[in-house]
Amino acid sequence: MEAIMESHYIRVLPFLFEGLIWTLIITGVGLFFGFILGAIFGMGRLSKNKLIYGISSIYVEALRGTPILAQILFIYFGLPDLLGFNIDKISASIIAISLNAGAYIAEIVRGAVYSIDKGQSEAGRSIGLTRSQTMRYIIWPQAFKRMIPPLGNQFVISLKDTSLFSVIAVGELLYMGQQYYGTTFAAFEALTMVCLLYLAITVPTALYLRKVERRLDV
Amino acid sequence: MSEMITVNNLHKSFGKNEVLKGIDMKVKEQEVVCVIGPSGSGKSTLLRCLNLLEEVTSGDVFIEGDNLTGKNVNINEVRTRVGMVFQHFNLFPHMTVMENITIGPMKIKKVSKEQARKEAIPILRKVGLEEKADVYPESLSGGQKQRVAIARSLAMNPKIMLFDEPTSALDPELVGDVLEVMKDLGKEGMTMVVVTHEMGFAREMGDRVIFMDEGVIMEEDIPENLFGNPQHERTREFLSKVL
Repeated sequence: MEAIMESHYIRVLPFLFEGLIWTLIITGVGLFFGFILGAIFGMGRLSKNKLIYGISSIYVEALRGTPILAQILFIYFGLPDLLGFNIDKISASIIAISLNAGAYIAEIVRGAVYSIDKGQSEAGRSIGLTRSQTMRYIIWPQAFKRMIPPLGNQFVISLKDTSLFSVIAVGELLYMGQQYYGTTFAAFEALTMVCLLYLAITVPTALYLRKVERRLDV
Repeated sequence: MSEMITVNNLHKSFGKNEVLKGIDMKVKEQEVVCVIGPSGSGKSTLLRCLNLLEEVTSGDVFIEGDNLTGKNVNINEVRTRVGMVFQHFNLFPHMTVMENITIGPMKIKKVSKEQARKEAIPILRKVGLEEKADVYPESLSGGQKQRVAIARSLAMNPKIMLFDEPTSALDPELVGDVLEVMKDLGKEGMTMVVVTHEMGFAREMGDRVIFMDEGVIMEEDIPENLFGNPQHERTREFLSKVL
């Protein structure tokens, strides 16, 4: 028993839990703002106004077309260097996840809203609802349901993406694992536990999503 | 009786395809006008121009004297006076029957929820679905759905009702209930424009029948004349196929 408790598999855990908390905070807060960005730019991608459509498209394509690793370095080193300000690691990470997930969520929002039958908005408009009322009361509630599975998927992707922030020494899950084997040389044990902790979050999420998806199918 | 709808030289194109080629028509208060014609003749497009669900390319549409193509028109306000019933019902699937009917009065006329629900009950009774108030549309038959759609429009207390092939998507045995509701409306004096393939309804309820073909009104008359003694070859041809 004592041998188990003394093993690296156990001794690494307090570090990893601390990292996991930061991973979840960065993912959660990042996705919260990512959803706001996604909703705005997703609707922008549906706009008939060419300027709004253009700006939204540039945002989506620029963020989806570059690696998130480059994005975080850009935010943490690039912009401060150009503009002469300082930004802390956690803020930079949250901004990177928000902007990156926002671009993907914009496409999720666009697809879901677009998938709602045109007759729905025609019916709303024909009783006299304004364009925004129709969006708010008729289209969005239906579209949002369809967004849930892909949003859950995005949560899993963004959660894993936070591991890249170890390059700027953010104390998230993977980084804390690296720190541990940096001093103990127990790389196998530490990384095994790191991966198990990622799986402890991602697998239940995936199973839950499959359930939701099946329910929405019917 | 006053003019409820006036259409002057209405043209509508989708890209290069001209669907309406100069329509003139008038509908008086309490009149029931049925529009018939082969598919692709532009009759649904004409109907959809009457509440600007389709933007008109040129020409004028007046609803109770308000020019819909003018700059100062509040189209949302006009639409509260013009109800529309669609071929595919277009009920809101995430709302109960009662919510489908009360959303308009609550959000547009700012009626309280209690008041809107109170006013919805006689309307539901009128379409024979009082007991379905709290169910979701998915559990209704096509005929019931269409009657809810009619109730949803009536809740806004419109002056005019537009029907776009309201029975075309229904199983034959469900058509009757919907037509009954429409007949009651007509008898109560609702001004109605009905695009339909139900020649029996047009003959019985139409004060006037319009025959459209290839984007123009070929012929219009009282039902006895249009069905009994059509003037145009195209009208005769069409009627011989559908009657």
